[in-house]
Amino acid sequence: MRVGVKLLLVVVAVTAAGVLIGFYVSNLTTLAGSPAYSVPVSGTPSHPVVYLKIQTVPAVGPKLSQNPDWVSYLILTKSGWKRETVWNLPANATVHVTDYNFDSASGLRNPYLARPQGIVGNRVLIDGKPADHIDPNSASHTFAVPALGIIVAFPGVAANAKNQCGAAPCTLAMAHTTTQFVFHTTTPGHFRWQCFVPCAAGWIFGNGGPMQTIGYMDGFLNVKA
Amino acid sequence: MASEPTAAAPPVDSTNHGLRVVVAWLVLSAIATPLVAIYVGPLIPPGNGSVQAQGQVFDNQVMTSLMTPVLCLMAVFFAYGLIKFHARRSEAVLDGPPLRNDARVQLLWIVITSTMVLFLAGFGTYELLKDGAGGGQGPNPIALPAGHQSAFQVQVIGQQWQFTYRYPSFGGLESNELYLPENTLVELHVTSLDVIHSFWAYELGVKADANPGVDNVAYVTTKGPLTFHVRCAELCGLWHGYMYNNGYVVSDAQFHSWAAQQMRLYASIKPFMDKPASQGGAPYALSYFPAPGGGPPQVRAG
Repeated sequence: MRVGVKLLLVVVAVTAAGVLIGFYVSNLTTLAGSPAYSVPVSGTPSHPVVYLKIQTVPAVGPKLSQNPDWVSYLILTKSGWKRETVWNLPANATVHVTDYNFDSASGLRNPYLARPQGIVGNRVLIDGKPADHIDPNSASHTFAVPALGIIVAFPGVAANAKNQCGAAPCTLAMAHTTTQFVFHTTTPGHFRWQCFVPCAAGWIFGNGGPMQTIGYMDGFLNVKA
Repeated sequence: MASEPTAAAPPVDSTNHGLRVVVAWLVLSAIATPLVAIYVGPLIPPGNGSVQAQGQVFDNQVMTSLMTPVLCLMAVFFAYGLIKFHARRSEAVLDGPPLRNDARVQLLWIVITSTMVLFLAGFGTYELLKDGAGGGQGPNPIALPAGHQSAFQVQVIGQQWQFTYRYPSFGGLESNELYLPENTLVELHVTSLDVIHSFWAYELGVKADANPGVDNVAYVTTKGPLTFHVRCAELCGLWHGYMYNNGYVVSDAQFHSWAAQQMRLYASIKPFMDKPASQGGAPYALSYFPAPGGGPPQVRAG
């Protein structure tokens, strides 16, 4: 084979590999192909309003995951509670969030994160009562979108509470805390969210498994125009 | 009786190729080195965002300038060899003359390269010891910039996956935004609450590992107003690639205004932050100094 042909083949192969790697990275970073839930939008086109209902469960259970003992977020969809953590939201929208937390407290590694930030009024409603902080030791999980400055910690269920939920599906008849808050989405963008409580029991530093896997304690807000 | 055919002897080349290469190299170096030093050097990162960053640019400028004649020599030698010594298609392939030892060339080579390496080692050490060059120096820094006793302290706390910042001189105020006053010597105390991170304030020329349980001290002297990038430079898990945000160098007045606003927001959580770690408070002191032999961290006196 002539040298020129060999060189051409190498160039073609390298280019093809580069394009494939590019597609792979692009697919990975935008999570194209991952299940993304488009949260229903109300309000007007200029002032969209979204009601986001989520829950945090101590174990996701066998119906929703192959890792039944993993802690997880769930979102309420038209077809019930789903384990999907990539959410499509409209830009410049008002987002009303309600979290039902069925898990007990494991405490924040950094107490500073117990102060609600980046949300309307920097206050939350916990079981209907306004609060501008929680006891960092009572934190069970957080909903945090660092790029938007949003941090909200959810208090855990009391250790001696009756009728605790062992694994999803959990019902509101079971012991839980309810946290409500409002935030505004910005211009379109792709924002990761995560839990800051090291809540992955059995993993090193509490930060392995579900804390490192999108679909459990991490996800994306796809804010779209 | 026919005589045996004999191979024709190659023509004797009396050209002084070495002299040609040296002359071409000197001319090229004389042109390229000032151009690189003047025009390319200042463009090398990280820019002039701080005194330390400016020092790094200068270091890079010196090294690039030194490197230019070396690169020129390689380029000239390579090009000359390709042009002058390549065999044409019509020419028979002949074995070249044998290579023999040349003590002068070897000596020259050893002297020049040794001088350059020793100079760079000395130069680098001097630049590093001058003020730490923006690098983390561990808990007991030795490259102390002038006036370090009165430096403005900021604690940088890494955790999966966000940096937060504490300001001991503002009652331990903590924020997820890094604001620094301009024209100020800042003493950064970098640590981590979980795994190893690395605090990299690119335009400030600061990079310091954030190790759990370790107080890694770095110094930086800010200049004028600046927005800089902060990134984690140590692969630390799922959201490592998203562990970044902006930092700001602002005027003194703007800094105090920002701090006052943050203090108001911080008031609700402050009682929990001020508790000792054994009572559920922040697991680190205003300036993190692990107690000898373990135990809770201590606040540095003074």
